[in-house]
Amino acid sequence: MIYLQIAANGLVLGGLYACIAVGFSLVWGVLNVINILHGTFIVLGSYVAYFAYVHLGIHPFVSIAIAGGMLYALGHALQAGIINRVITAPVLITLTLTFGLDLILNNAMLVAFTADYRGITLAHPFRSLEIGPVFLPGDRVAAMALAILLTLLLYRLLRDSKIGRAIVAVRMDREAAALMGVDIKRINAITFGIGAFMAGAAGALLSIIFPISPLNSPVFLGKAFVVCVLGGLGSVPGALAGGLVLGVIESFGSYWLGAERAVTLSLGLLLLVLFVRPSGLTGRRGYE
Amino acid sequence: MNLGMKSWIALAVVAVLLAALPLVGSNYFLRIATTVCMYAVMAQSWNFIGGLAGYPSFATAAFFGFGAYTSAILQNHDAPMLLAWGSAGLAAFLFAAFLGGAILHLRGHYFAIASLIIAEMLREIVNTLPDFTGGGKGLNLPFLRISVTAQAQFFFYAMLALAILCTGAAIVIHRSKLGFGLRCIQQNEDAASILGVNAYGYKTAAFCLSAVFVGVAGAIYASWVNYIDPPDVFDVLLAIKPMVMVLLGGLGTIFGPPLGAIILLSFEELVWRSFLTVHAAALGFIIVVLVLFLPNGILALVRERLVGRGTVT
Repeated sequence: MIYLQIAANGLVLGGLYACIAVGFSLVWGVLNVINILHGTFIVLGSYVAYFAYVHLGIHPFVSIAIAGGMLYALGHALQAGIINRVITAPVLITLTLTFGLDLILNNAMLVAFTADYRGITLAHPFRSLEIGPVFLPGDRVAAMALAILLTLLLYRLLRDSKIGRAIVAVRMDREAAALMGVDIKRINAITFGIGAFMAGAAGALLSIIFPISPLNSPVFLGKAFVVCVLGGLGSVPGALAGGLVLGVIESFGSYWLGAERAVTLSLGLLLLVLFVRPSGLTGRRGYE
Repeated sequence: MNLGMKSWIALAVVAVLLAALPLVGSNYFLRIATTVCMYAVMAQSWNFIGGLAGYPSFATAAFFGFGAYTSAILQNHDAPMLLAWGSAGLAAFLFAAFLGGAILHLRGHYFAIASLIIAEMLREIVNTLPDFTGGGKGLNLPFLRISVTAQAQFFFYAMLALAILCTGAAIVIHRSKLGFGLRCIQQNEDAASILGVNAYGYKTAAFCLSAVFVGVAGAIYASWVNYIDPPDVFDVLLAIKPMVMVLLGGLGTIFGPPLGAIILLSFEELVWRSFLTVHAAALGFIIVVLVLFLPNGILALVRERLVGRGTVT
């Protein structure tokens, strides 16, 4: 029975991981940019939710829209103003650039908010759920449900809207999309903005579960790496699958090996997948 | 006089000038000079895999920490210091050969991520093996029983010797068949393979070269500061700064990496120490400006100016 509980914990965690990673995966797949800023975007989203709750009494779940919107604007501006200038440069250049931007943004957060861990204590906490032998904390389940909802909304956006089709077209073939009249630079900026939106939204969701501090951004970035490599690039279902798989594996890993080895386990898993199947568990071949 | 001869002479002149430094500089100055030599080694080493082969490796921090811990553990089991340093280099070399077999078939971002998490992974492993590695508490190293000034001079000469050795190796390799092959791989790996370049072997060689000197540098660093812990020697900035230095000096050049090390560290010492809280942001700012406005480094700028003037007159 304990295994059922562990699996349930893992799935709940995995839903959150999927939401953390899906924006990162989109940016990587479409723009061919590894966005080192992603972890810092998530933490920034958490801060927006935190201050909105503490000062204005806005529920963190409502802040999803606020945090997402603010980060969309930031992401769009960064891509249009800075990253688009070197978007066709080799991997090393774009990677180094987002790293440099991350150093600036993270440092700014440290100065503005300090490194102290903060947390949101809701005035009306969620009640826990009990389904048969399985016990689930209500806040996590609600956050996971919203995370998966957001992920599915992104999926519909990419499939059904005109912008979404343009984004997918750029991912498949940049030159052909340009020949068909897609404004590549504009799509780049929108895609990066959407990636930042998802990060901000995920940050707002996570603010009721995890402590908030600028020091957490590498942790979130690391999760995004692993989920992306597990699930394959630039695909929403891939990120969802990768997130759930990682959540379950980490959950069982902590039970069998101890919580302190869970990180080593997920990193080891990442290396193993890269070694045997670099295109990801669901990914198609062709991406190197 | 050919280019190789010029490089050797330049190296010899710089080496002699630097070796005279302890005669004029204070201990504070020697400490900075030692740091410059250490980063020159790391930048030059990264240049083998990143500059010549074009593989964005973040494994420098992993090799540094691996060397530091190898040496510290050996010395805590009563190995003599110089033997421990040599063993650290050898261990880093073997580790890179093993690792290269596992991740060098990846390209672009996948290689970058794989190499980035190696250091994270080693850090976690060190943390979970406290009996062997000291865990999160870190490890102490034996003190040298000589005066403070003598210590400063000793570690300066040790790092300087390593930097000269590493730059000498760079001069040889950049002009060798290996260097040529690596440049081919950077430009078009598939084409290079078809034309008979043993891409896998060459890349592994470059990866091992990017590890061996860094491993020794980590070992010397550990003895120099007497104490190491995981966040210190597996710091991701140990991978980033050498890359920035190479970009600053000039990718794939011989004297670009040490020049970049001198420029970045001078800047760090002169400007950032007054603004400790925005230390990281200042580095980030340099990176952004560098990438946007000086993608080929300072040496290229100088060369462009010289060549430009030559064609006009």
